[in-house]
Amino acid sequence: MNTALVIGVLATSIMSGASLLYATLGEMIGERAGIVNLGLEGIMLIGASTGFAATALTANPYVGVVAAAAAGAAANLIFAYLVVGRSANQLAAGLSLMFFGFGLSALLGRPFVGALTHSLPRLTLSGLEPNGTAARLLSHDILVYLALPVALLIWWLLFRTRWGLQLRAVGEDPAVAFAAGLKPNVLRYQALTIAGVLGGIGGAHVSVALALTWVEGMTAGRGFIAIALVIFAKWNPLWAVAGALLFGGAEGLQLQLQAAGADVSPFIMNMLPYLLTLLVLVLWGWSRQLAAPAALGRSFVGVE
Amino acid sequence: MRHDGATLWRLASAQAKAFALAAVIALAVFAMLLSVAGKDPLRAYVDTLVYVFGNAYGFSELLVRMVPLLLTAVAVALPARIGLINVGGEGQLYMGAWLTTAGALAFAEWPAFVLLPTLTLLGFVGGGLWALIPGALRALRLVNETISTLLLNYVAPLIVGYFIFGPWRSPESSAYPQSPAFVEAAQLPTFFHSRVHAGLLYALACLVLYWFVMTRTRFGLEMRAIGGNPEAARRLGVPIFSYMLAVMFVAGGVAGLAGMAEVTAIQGRLVSELSPGYGFIGFLVSWLARTGAGGILTMSFLFAVISSVGDILQITQGLPFAVVNILMAVILFIVLAQPARSVGR
Repeated sequence: MNTALVIGVLATSIMSGASLLYATLGEMIGERAGIVNLGLEGIMLIGASTGFAATALTANPYVGVVAAAAAGAAANLIFAYLVVGRSANQLAAGLSLMFFGFGLSALLGRPFVGALTHSLPRLTLSGLEPNGTAARLLSHDILVYLALPVALLIWWLLFRTRWGLQLRAVGEDPAVAFAAGLKPNVLRYQALTIAGVLGGIGGAHVSVALALTWVEGMTAGRGFIAIALVIFAKWNPLWAVAGALLFGGAEGLQLQLQAAGADVSPFIMNMLPYLLTLLVLVLWGWSRQLAAPAALGRSFVGVE
Repeated sequence: MRHDGATLWRLASAQAKAFALAAVIALAVFAMLLSVAGKDPLRAYVDTLVYVFGNAYGFSELLVRMVPLLLTAVAVALPARIGLINVGGEGQLYMGAWLTTAGALAFAEWPAFVLLPTLTLLGFVGGGLWALIPGALRALRLVNETISTLLLNYVAPLIVGYFIFGPWRSPESSAYPQSPAFVEAAQLPTFFHSRVHAGLLYALACLVLYWFVMTRTRFGLEMRAIGGNPEAARRLGVPIFSYMLAVMFVAGGVAGLAGMAEVTAIQGRLVSELSPGYGFIGFLVSWLARTGAGGILTMSFLFAVISSVGDILQITQGLPFAVVNILMAVILFIVLAQPARSVGR
């Protein structure tokens, strides 16, 4: 492998790792509150299409990102109403949210198929040689720069604030948390709203910073990879950073090898992220060191 | 659980009423969304009804669409009975089609009465082996089958893509790569001068077998025991490990038959766009039917009608087929919001 390839892989792993990281952090907050959301893929698709549409209409990618965050939160609130408000089965509700996202994003994105748009501007440190190594590694859009601070912020929220302690208590045992005077369902609504915002941003990063176009189903399973990454990261935001970089790297390697004209079928290369995800899950399952919140998947009906 | 006829009927009619209400609300919500998008929902609904029920051809197309829905729904319902959530029907369908194609290309000179049973078997084995991966990972307690089946859905179409862009690429297809056309002997027979094909018989046979095994055999009893209380079943000596493997293999195989039928009866060759998400719709069908055989039949029919709305929107109003997913999702949202609903197992 030559240096240019390595730098290319690193640069793309940071770029595509960022969108994965946002989505993973969103799912993680929800799961810490005891809610599995299989609809993350749908949320990301809604974020991707809303972000792209808003960017194309306003010519301002930042408006696109904000719109995507709002749309992600709104869609996730439907899910929250079902699983928190109505105690619906989380897997079924999550999968219906996934369908909803497939459909709604196809409808929203339809007028923009084939359109090109403004991308999130890349911010380069002044004084760097424009096409040098440092510039390639250190010129990214704002969402990439914010990804690490957001991960730290969420770690701080979960493990260093009263709110985080309460949220984790609800995820371990909502009945006990309720007995201790907490409001499990309010906390779960809050967690899922944040999850929707982060999932929407992750989706917007795919369309407005990575692909710069809208294609139906363009997040291509990133939502499911992010759900696996939560397990990989053992429900810890800091490990999520490492996981997102690793999986961003798998995607980066695939893109760079294709760009370099490697003699490997793109179809085989495209399988890499999914197979790697599965492999990691197998290894983690083997080590049996899962630390899932105890009440994951259970709804809390309350005490009448 | 045994019900006498009257209880069963009351349950079924209550369910039907709830579903009808959900469908009406969902149609209204979907119509509102379409109007906002500048489309004409009322025309789409009327067009769909006229298309589907207006003549024999439209109705026959409903039956054609029911085939993959019935098969993938059974592929979800069977594992659900022992507490496994198979969301991988889509990938299993693709792998069934893939192995069928391998056979159709390799044994092209065989006579139909040997070739078709072979292809059926290959379709079953292709989907079955693909489902065995998550089944084994779950049985060994390594990976949750929900996430692994979802992930494998993205891999299977890539395998199909690799073969039709590579080793199996037909020389006469340049713009849309596809495999060479199957020989006559490798095509499932069709009936009534329509596209209704023998796959419908496969689907109905699978459904009846599913009902029979679950209600009339020791296997069904043991599976229901696992689904009800795995720990108790284990102590009674039910081989849970073997059941997980066998059930996932059979379920994947049934979904594989859907892929087999698509390539041998509808396409006549392997193409990359085999399914507009039949595996996923089958999951909804099975879930809404609460994995009951009769419910699967009814729901497959209804979802075949609903997905025709997607075809109509695509043909007459220039919308992607995927838009119809909104309609399906909203129906599910409303059903899920109804209180005190037990998990569909």
